[in-house]
Amino acid sequence: MESVNAKYVSQKVSRTRWRPVSVSSFQQPEIFATGSWDNEDNKVSLWSIGNYGGLGMEDGFEGDPQLLCDIKHDGDVLDLQFLDQERIVTASSTGGVTILRHHPNSQTLSVSHQWERAHRYPCDNAPCTSVVCSSPEIVSVGEDGRIVVFRADQEGVCRVIENADSSTIHAVTYLRTTEVLTVNSIGQLKLWDLRQQGGSPSKILSLSGDRVPLHCVDRHPNQQHVVATGGQDGTLCIWDVREESSPVALMEAHSAEMWEVHFHPTNPDHLFTCSEDGSLLHWETSSHSDMPSLLHEGSRNSGVTSRSAMAPAGGNKSLISAWLSGDSSKSCLKTSHMLPSQTLSVNSLDVLGQCLVCGTDGEAIFVNRQVLV
Amino acid sequence: LYSSLVMLSTTLFEIPAVSTGKHMGFAWGPGDILVYETLYKAKGASSSGSSLIHEVRKDEDIYSPILRKLFNESHHIFVGLQTVGEDVPSKNKKPQFVSISKNYRSVIRACMEELQQLAVLTKDAEAATRLGNQVSILLAIELIWNLCEVLFIDAAPAGSLLLHLLDWVRLHKADVDEKTREVLQSESPAEHHNYWDVVVSYVLQGRVEEARQMLVKQANLHPAARGMFKLMDKLLSKMPFYNPRSTQTLTEFDVIWRHWHEEVDRCLQDNSFSSNQHLEFICKILLGDEDSLLECKDLLGTWYHFLVTRLLFCHPTVKPTDLHYYAQSCMTMFLDSRSVSEPLDSILLASFEFDIHQVIKDCSIVLNNWWFVAHLTDLLDHCKLLQSHNLHFGSNLREFLLLEYASGLFTHHSLWQLAVDYFDHCPEFGRVYLELQIERVPLETERKALKVLRVCEERQMSEQVRSICKIMATRALRNNRLGSALSWSIRAKDAAFATLISERFLQDYSTRGTFSDLDLIDNLGPSMLLSNRLTFLGKYREFHRLYGQKHFSKAAKLLLSLMTAKIAPQSFWMTLLTDALPLLEQKEVISPHALSSCSKSAHQSLWDVLVTKIVGDGCVCAAYSRSLS
Repeated sequence: MESVNAKYVSQKVSRTRWRPVSVSSFQQPEIFATGSWDNEDNKVSLWSIGNYGGLGMEDGFEGDPQLLCDIKHDGDVLDLQFLDQERIVTASSTGGVTILRHHPNSQTLSVSHQWERAHRYPCDNAPCTSVVCSSPEIVSVGEDGRIVVFRADQEGVCRVIENADSSTIHAVTYLRTTEVLTVNSIGQLKLWDLRQQGGSPSKILSLSGDRVPLHCVDRHPNQQHVVATGGQDGTLCIWDVREESSPVALMEAHSAEMWEVHFHPTNPDHLFTCSEDGSLLHWETSSHSDMPSLLHEGSRNSGVTSRSAMAPAGGNKSLISAWLSGDSSKSCLKTSHMLPSQTLSVNSLDVLGQCLVCGTDGEAIFVNRQVLV
Repeated sequence: LYSSLVMLSTTLFEIPAVSTGKHMGFAWGPGDILVYETLYKAKGASSSGSSLIHEVRKDEDIYSPILRKLFNESHHIFVGLQTVGEDVPSKNKKPQFVSISKNYRSVIRACMEELQQLAVLTKDAEAATRLGNQVSILLAIELIWNLCEVLFIDAAPAGSLLLHLLDWVRLHKADVDEKTREVLQSESPAEHHNYWDVVVSYVLQGRVEEARQMLVKQANLHPAARGMFKLMDKLLSKMPFYNPRSTQTLTEFDVIWRHWHEEVDRCLQDNSFSSNQHLEFICKILLGDEDSLLECKDLLGTWYHFLVTRLLFCHPTVKPTDLHYYAQSCMTMFLDSRSVSEPLDSILLASFEFDIHQVIKDCSIVLNNWWFVAHLTDLLDHCKLLQSHNLHFGSNLREFLLLEYASGLFTHHSLWQLAVDYFDHCPEFGRVYLELQIERVPLETERKALKVLRVCEERQMSEQVRSICKIMATRALRNNRLGSALSWSIRAKDAAFATLISERFLQDYSTRGTFSDLDLIDNLGPSMLLSNRLTFLGKYREFHRLYGQKHFSKAAKLLLSLMTAKIAPQSFWMTLLTDALPLLEQKEVISPHALSSCSKSAHQSLWDVLVTKIVGDGCVCAAYSRSLS
């Protein structure tokens, strides 16, 4: 693996996201966005690692991210997602959700729409902790335990699920187009069917042991029922949401909070996690493992043999089992560190194609353009 | 370069919100001043003042984004340095230390270049001046650091010492190359008015190759004087430079050098260059003639350049211990009575005298940020160059400086995370400082609180952990986020707070008749055991569930255990008894089809307990006793 160089950016980076590239083209991503936190003036910035007009392509400078534009952001950028090629949605510590628009011609960013205080307490601001979008729908969650649904083209809020949770909801992700999954600080996963009007989840899953707060969640790109979560103690859990409760696999990953977990979007045998302990791990499971199906191998749930009749929804059976086998020593699971040691907390990572970008509390961004997937 | 090192600068501010004539009070903070209006006026009766407090702080140094990169990158180097080959013996660590020193310097240089670029691009004259000042300060810092690296860390012996000093001077006299560029780009370089300045500058820096190349151009213009130029070329090419990698000893080198010196002297004595004043001048320089060197004051620029040049041409085998004699005399010769000795001069002189403590002391006084002295001292300490110089309050110099620097970092809204690592490596007082400072970090979001908590937990600062969790739990409770509050009390293992939260739930239940936040209570898991009240809450809710699912015997058993285990609060006994009533009336509980004799005895025991309670505690009203009988 080529050595990774740090780019110091004078702001603690809370989120990094690649701008999506069209699926049909095999281009590698060139542009990414970062959000800062803990500054008096926080910013959302757009960077490029591409070849812009032939500048900066001398040896040794290749791949050094160049700042394209930035914009002030009110409050910490607690989450950042690309809504589409030109628009970015941010979640703020002031409780607001903002849509920013990038103007490539003038190379500027501007506020396209803002929902201030989408998350709030009766007499105080409540940080909006996470946001997820499936254009034009945006779903946000916050410390106030509220789930809010917006549409990018509508002024007001679409729908609010009040008191969805009595604790902080740390992350949200889409399970299906009408279902979202949230994780909270008492270690529960909750499934919400957005078509239903009620204010309660359709399902709750939780760890059978200590209720460790969960901080991040990501869904397998091909298998809609396979979900990975990361928690306060740095444990990586793989869940099958069709099950009643408890994760199917539990792996010790980090020695401190895991901030983000991502399946690789096109090669889901690969998983990436980053943590407060300053490490970024690349997990690789062998897709040709000769593991039997998930239910017979080290599953933490006994007595669910009734499910064995259900065939996995498409895809390679062994593919699923590789992630869902409970005993990582038996499956071919390789883990490798991707950063030089002794960095401060890695707050965020994003992976697309062969490119990985991450940001740390040491005010550095690392870009790796040759991730082996 | 010099005047910007003076720390004491006075700036006058007007605080617009303070009305005129009012007396102001103030208090120093770590990086700022708090100013407030008092009741007193200079003249006239005192009157009420505004209730505002103004925070006044200087908007520079740690608030500049480019300098932030310096702080972050140097932090990375610092942390790496602390763990440098602990198993490797000291003498083998020198190359590592030199490399780390060079890393620090390259970070300073990168920062300097960025500031310079910004200064060039900025249109605001005042900002450009400020940036220019910062560049000057960094230049001086790098100059001092570089010299310290040469003299203390690399500790070059005689022979190599001069070579390193030459490098040092060359690095900090970049204008020669600029001039050369200008000259070479002209139509006829040899006739450019700066031509001879360039040649002489090269010679003064010992760059003989470049000097020779330039002289060729002159030689071509004067074919008649070819012989003279050839002679100069020969002298220059034969100038000996010590090669530390060769097998040649210093004494052998000295002999060869003396031969060469005598040869140059012979050429001067027999007037070989008398027809060309420039070449004759160069010849005198090669001999190290003081007066000729002093004539080049403008080209030399500084007394330390003069020093190195003089050593080059008079004492190339100078020993480190003899440096200070030459330094002192050169400085005196170069700086005539008119020019004032600047702080930088005394710092460099102290370096040549190998008085490390004086260097650190002078730098601390002169610079208004602890960054430089803290990092340099730390590095020198690792090289075992600082005698343990105990200060009055027990810690040593290195620790004192690191503590000062890190405390300054802690006042920054963002850089406090860097400070933690610095405190970690101050064995005596680091922990105490950290304990005091970490509690003052504002906790605006849960994510930030989690990071602060992680810092405390990793260092077993249990008091701070409890304190932070309590703050967050109280805030959550105030906003009615009972789940969050519970989550924080679990993290701190704060049984008292967990009890408080449970009471809130129970209160809610008493007033409303239903539980709120069932998702929480139903899923407490093992954390239920944190506090008795919490256990009661969980079990009580379980009782309700069992009852709702019509598992009456189980429900009864549970209720009984709740009553007998004495974890129910007094205030709740009424409620429990009320709940017991329908159970007693339930035929299923006493039905012969009950699962086991336990249920019958459970019923019986329930009855017994109730009777005891009614009679014993007398806490049930008459109506109940009547309905039960």
